[in-house]
Amino acid sequence: MASLTMYPDDERLAGGERIAFNLYIVTAVALFVLMMLLGLTMRMTQAKWLTVQSPLFYQLLSMHGAGMVGTMALVTTAVMWFFLRKYVQLHLWAFVANYVLFMLGALCIIASIFVGRYGALWTFLYPLPVRGFGLWTSNTSALFMVGYLLIGVGSLLFYLDAAAGIIKVHGNLGRALGLQWLFGGKIDPDHPKAVVASTQVIISNSLGILAGAVVLVMSLVNIFFPTVVLNALLAKNLIYWFGHQYINATIYMGVIAVYELLPRYTGKPYPISRPFLWSWAASTLFVIVVYPHHLLMDFAQPRWLAVIGQMVSWGAGFPVFLVTVFGALTNLHRSGIRWTMPSRLLILSMFGWAAGIVPAILDGTIRNNLVMHNTQWVPGHFHFYLLLGVLAMAMALMYHVIGSRVSAPPNSSADKLGFPLYLAGGLIFTYAFLDAGRLSVPRRMAEHLDSWTFTDKVGSIGAILVVLAMLYFAIRISAGLLKQPSAGAAGVSTADAAG
Amino acid sequence: MILQNIVWTIALVGMGLIALGFIYVISQAGRTVDEAASIESARTSGVLRKWLFAALLVIFVAGSWATLRRFPIPPQNRALDAGQVVDVVASQWFWQVTPPSVRSGSTVEFRVTSTDVNHGLAIYSPEGHILIQTQAMPGYTNKLLYTFDQPGVYTLQCLEFCGVGHGPMKTTLRVVAAIAE
Repeated sequence: MASLTMYPDDERLAGGERIAFNLYIVTAVALFVLMMLLGLTMRMTQAKWLTVQSPLFYQLLSMHGAGMVGTMALVTTAVMWFFLRKYVQLHLWAFVANYVLFMLGALCIIASIFVGRYGALWTFLYPLPVRGFGLWTSNTSALFMVGYLLIGVGSLLFYLDAAAGIIKVHGNLGRALGLQWLFGGKIDPDHPKAVVASTQVIISNSLGILAGAVVLVMSLVNIFFPTVVLNALLAKNLIYWFGHQYINATIYMGVIAVYELLPRYTGKPYPISRPFLWSWAASTLFVIVVYPHHLLMDFAQPRWLAVIGQMVSWGAGFPVFLVTVFGALTNLHRSGIRWTMPSRLLILSMFGWAAGIVPAILDGTIRNNLVMHNTQWVPGHFHFYLLLGVLAMAMALMYHVIGSRVSAPPNSSADKLGFPLYLAGGLIFTYAFLDAGRLSVPRRMAEHLDSWTFTDKVGSIGAILVVLAMLYFAIRISAGLLKQPSAGAAGVSTADAAG
Repeated sequence: MILQNIVWTIALVGMGLIALGFIYVISQAGRTVDEAASIESARTSGVLRKWLFAALLVIFVAGSWATLRRFPIPPQNRALDAGQVVDVVASQWFWQVTPPSVRSGSTVEFRVTSTDVNHGLAIYSPEGHILIQTQAMPGYTNKLLYTFDQPGVYTLQCLEFCGVGHGPMKTTLRVVAAIAE
């Protein structure tokens, strides 16, 4: 069971661990601000408040997509590492290698976009990367893909190290997931939720990354040997199998922060249970097989794949609503909590995840997808649960670690202002996207009709608020992390810290 | 009401209910209770979770049945026997639509493919909302059925990013009134 001690000794960051963790977080918050600025630029261009030429717009879109997905993965890997290292042996070299490979990959991607003018988006949908019409070359696309491969290798290294650590303690990944307790038996109350969630991520995202590696290598072969032609539908299946699992892994890594930290702030135990184990076993399967909901408009796909895509999309709501979110709310209910930044962000993250699933499920319904696919409804729902869900999970841990430096959860006046700014901005920004989806405004389009610009303008205002809040959070978090820990910062009890 | 507005309403209601649940729990979060009340709370929560599970299960089964009973995508591997056929070929960054006009009131089969990259064919109503769509993919022909109720000028807009000319990649389809038999 997760500890109720606010800052336990086994979470203390010392020496190299502290440097590595700080590198991850400071890099991530800086990248988030930069990528948000790119997003704001694009929304303001669509609103006709700025003029950005189409080739540059799609370069910015490629950078924003790849940058945000990558940074989400980077920061939630830090969340998983932070907690998992308490339960199994993780090697610091693997954590650092992931960071180094991520940065090398990011450099390749940045160079391909801003030097080579790559503009085929983060999804590198075959054969668009080799059909740049003179705006970018095939070699530029190859550099972009090599960047992805480097990042993928880093993630796999980290997962392999984590898998080895988990297997050493729990025997195999099935036991780590708690499958032995699904149908009966006394559940070990000390079986860590962090291990269960991490195991799910290791299984699903390793498969996803391997699928990504296969299609990247296939695409590279096509670039250098153009006579080797790929099947566009197969390539699309592999890309979305990779992409879906990669971005969803960020939720599952991020939610570890909720399992670990929420009971400390509410002061109430948050025990492991059979429904919890069932939900993670189910979500392991769901996240692996649900990706066809991205290809519902590819009518050449077998019908049964589309049916799986819809039904599993709907089914994926069960574990989230019934277990994680319901469990978090039960833990919060009449807990006597004193609100501080970490606890606010933890509860916001649960809301962002739960509410963001609703438009996602609606879009995953074939009948609805016929009119909502590739409209701004899609960025509406994924920004909802990434911005208000996953990023909030990660920032909750960041604020918690800042608190550990001074033995008290952060709750400054500026924090109290930054939080509602972020929330209000996030809601305005995401609902503007969703409403634009209702109005059939296409996503991923530089040129907008005048009749579409109202939601673009509203969305831009929301984005400005989010960027301002995130800029504040980035400075606050970076400064807080770089501060030296005060003597005896760890081991403070819940009551001491909250009171 | 068009489908988009129905989806929007369901989303607002669903997200609103979730928000209300959060607001209720947050409003209660500052209170503390004694052990007996805490046990009672846990019991109530367990009952509530079972009801929520039952409600979600009903929505899942009923919703799946309602939306999949008549599969929304036409069969792709047999003749569709529609009264009219339109061949749609997408290329960076233009459409070839043959013939360029159809009649209202009788089903049209669109045979959609691409000569180069992935594109998306979305048919916009004269009022500007999407009526239906499919992907246009190299090496495959996606078959789409649609019956236009009203004559008018409909817009065919690319809806899958296909390069720098993606936004302007659109054309029109003229729908004329059905000839009286």
